[in-house]
Parts: sequence; structure tokens; C-alpha cells
Amino acid sequence: MEFALSHLGGKDGRDRKLGALPARRRTSEPGWAQGLRKLYNSVLDEPIPDSFDDLLKKLDRGDDESR
Amino acid sequence: MKAAEQTVVAHSADDEVAFRRELLSTLPHLRAFARALCGRPDFADDLVQETAIRAWSARARFAPGTNLRAWTFAILRNHYLDQWRRERRQVDYDPDAAERLLVMEADQEGPLHLSDMEAALLKLSPERREAILLIGAAGFSYEDAAQISGCATGTMKSRVARARAELARMLDPQDEAPARDGPGQ
Repeated sequence: MEFALSHLGGKDGRDRKLGALPARRRTSEPGWAQGLRKLYNSVLDEPIPDSFDDLLKKLDRGDDESR
Repeated sequence: MKAAEQTVVAHSADDEVAFRRELLSTLPHLRAFARALCGRPDFADDLVQETAIRAWSARARFAPGTNLRAWTFAILRNHYLDQWRRERRQVDYDPDAAERLLVMEADQEGPLHLSDMEAALLKLSPERREAILLIGAAGFSYEDAAQISGCATGTMKSRVARARAELARMLDPQDEAPARDGPGQ
């Protein structure tokens, strides 16, 4: 079963602009394939939640301890 | 950790700044991948934070100029699979999701909801789920996806093909080809 998605990979793995794929690519592809990207992109577009504040501060300070 | 088993490269202060900046810009991608992989927002964010900490600790082993996104995705999926194997049932089986999916299968007239998509993804094996996410959503090449998952490119292709067939069967049954492959491995 061959879907349009088989061509999505690209051959060099280079990051696209922000990496993720646009929600709609081809009209011939199955609906779930669009749904999959929509699901992924919906999280991609969320702001980083507050629960990441400690992590971000740690990275800002360049802390080396892992906890 | 496979992703970290690379040669230690000399890093300058500039490299560290660049690494940190790139790591931060990767966080939304890691969150999207983790969420679809495990289906639980809180657990997904824990995975992402742990991944970021591991990546930062192992930054000396990252070769500047190579694909940081692929490198961190590998760290995340290895960590996820470790967790998944440890607490298989709690993490992966969501009876409510399975229930929603059954309802959805009975009524194909309505549009595809993201919750249906999520539920269908969770019915795939973790290997197939990550394969279809890496190729079909995150936009990696088969070669990069295979490297992230630590498998051969051919294996990655076959996992993706099987994931597609399963998702099509669950979500677009009206489009199904008359002669289809069995579930296989």
C-alpha cells in the first residue's frame, strides 16, 4: 500500500523550517496522514509550559549537575 | 545511551552557547514527539525535561554541525522505551482511548478528531508508532529516522509501511485496498 507520505522524508534529513511538515500536503493522501501532522503540529505550536522554568534556568546557568 | 556514544569533541565557549540555543529551539519538537509517542501530556513533558538534561550533560559528545534534533530525539526515544518496558501497562494502555476508538470505527461519517488519531497511534507498537511519527510528522529522512531508532533503513521503511496500513485500517477503512497485507511483524 503506497501513500504519498513515502516521499516526505527527503534524502538529506536537513531540518526544514522548524522541521515539522505542513498540515496539508497532497489531496490524494489519506485523511489520517493529515491528522497525524495536525496532532504533532498542535503541540509544536504550544508555548513551553511553566513547568520547564527550572530546566531553562539550569540551562541558562550552564549547570552541569544532572539534577 | 546510543546517541551519546560518540567521540568527544573539543567544544569552545561559542559551541556551548550555540548548543544551548539549539537545544532550546528543539524543545517544542521534543514535546510534540513525546506527546504523540506516549499519549500523556504530563509524562511527555517529564520525558522532554529528562532528555534536555541528558543532552546537556552529554554535550561534549555532540559533534557541532551535526543534527541536534535527531540526536535529542534518539535520547528521548531510548529513555521512553526504557520507561515503557518498565511500566508497560500503565504507560501504554488507555482503556478510554480504546473505547473512543471503537465508537469512532462504528461511525465513519464524522471528521477525524485528534483524539481519534491519538488513540489509534497508541494502538500501534511503540516501534511502529515512533516510525510513523519520525517520518510522517517530524519530517526526518528514512536514514535519520533509522539512526534515531537504532535500526537499519530497510527496517524503518517496513515499520512505516506497517504503521500506515494499520492507521489506514483504523482511521480510513473506506479507503482500504481490497487485498491488504496481514499485520505481520
